Amino acid sequence: MTRDETVGVLDYDAGNLTSVENALRHLGARWVLSPDPQALAGSDRLIFPGDGHAATSMENLRARGLDTLLRDFAARGRPILGICVGSQIVLESSEEGPTECLGLVPGICRRLPGGPDLKVPHMGWNAVHFEVDHPLVRGVPQDASFYFVHSYYTEPRAPAQVLGTTDHGIRFAVGFLKDTLATWQFHPEKSGEAGLRLVKNFLDWRP
Amino acid sequence: MLQKRVVVCLDVKEGRTTKGVKFQNNVDLGDPVEMAEFYYRQGVDELVFYDITASAEKRGIMIDVVRRVAERIFIPFCVGGGISSAEDIRSVILAGAEKVSLNSQAVKNPDLIRQAARMYGSQSVVLGMDALADPAMPSGYRVVINGGRTPTDLDALAWARRACDLGAGEIVLNSIDADGTKAGYELTVTRLLSEALPIPVVASGGAGTPEHLRAVLQEGRADAALVASMVHYGTYSLPQIKDYLAQHGVPVRR
Repeated sequence: MTRDETVGVLDYDAGNLTSVENALRHLGARWVLSPDPQALAGSDRLIFPGDGHAATSMENLRARGLDTLLRDFAARGRPILGICVGSQIVLESSEEGPTECLGLVPGICRRLPGGPDLKVPHMGWNAVHFEVDHPLVRGVPQDASFYFVHSYYTEPRAPAQVLGTTDHGIRFAVGFLKDTLATWQFHPEKSGEAGLRLVKNFLDWRP
Repeated sequence: MLQKRVVVCLDVKEGRTTKGVKFQNNVDLGDPVEMAEFYYRQGVDELVFYDITASAEKRGIMIDVVRRVAERIFIPFCVGGGISSAEDIRSVILAGAEKVSLNSQAVKNPDLIRQAARMYGSQSVVLGMDALADPAMPSGYRVVINGGRTPTDLDALAWARRACDLGAGEIVLNSIDADGTKAGYELTVTRLLSEALPIPVVASGGAGTPEHLRAVLQEGRADAALVASMVHYGTYSLPQIKDYLAQHGVPVRR
């Protein structure tokens, strides 16, 4: 990212954004955090974070017109990074609600099955196996650990490309890529130095 | 595979880290922000800060500590101690903590758990519970509050289940019998709660050696183990503890 670029961070009452701002500050980025699509429209790239419920998040996005902003950025080929719920609701639908989602990427979001010794939410550190060599994952050790907190997992379909997977009873995609939209299910902003590197890679990404 | 977490606990009094034995005789250990950064560099998985400041007018100091910690370390951390209102919860989360821990205040006002879960989601709400062995209770353990000084009528397992139903996403289970002894965690109560509850259990109280952590994470079935003096006094480093756990088959982040 060049010095005069700006990252827009979507604020739609979906969890705590302080940690995203702290990571951006640490990396020397310039950012705008706002619930207002007009304030974000001039950004060079978007971070779409979120904790919480998929159906509620969709309602909040629509109420602010942020769904349109995301479609517009995707259509114009500007980079978008979805984190956690932001990685789930770019798909077509979610079992959480259930709700229709943004449909920017083919696929659906399903409930983690859980089981004996498999608590849901999947909360804590888990190893991520990167499935591709890509500028977004450069400099991060294979099978490095990242911090997860979620009860639903993403199941993207082609032409989306799976960036990484992890295992919690089942093996599932924890990051995917379609055109200029990339996602991480875990919280890179809360995953130590490996996570910060992923955020930096996104800021430097020129698709 | 989800890894077992090693959590470092810092007791903070008026902006300084202290450590006591059975909640007494606190000694000064240093600046909590610098200590947090030191443990972050050593690979700690999570931190817990307990505000043991006695006077209400000095509580604001803790928010400043939380804000400075959040700017310098990029892993989850939890803040507990004296959180008694929705406003307290909001100020801690907005300062950059992932989680709040509710203990005595949740016993006095269980609705606080529900409020916190509705505001920030269950993943942000930790029930802090001090348990004391008591054969008179159905589970064999009684909940005590106010730093272990005041017994309640609550059974430890029943209270944990209720907190779960109210929206708590995790439990830090502190054994008053083991706390500060460095003789090992209380495995029985830890296993009881870990097996009975659908949410993660963080074992607390009694850690003295890496073997104690191994025992509570394997035999005690805990999801995470909390340590304090064994690392604060430099007896063990985080890498030493994690190496030991990994060598004994416990999945940990390295």
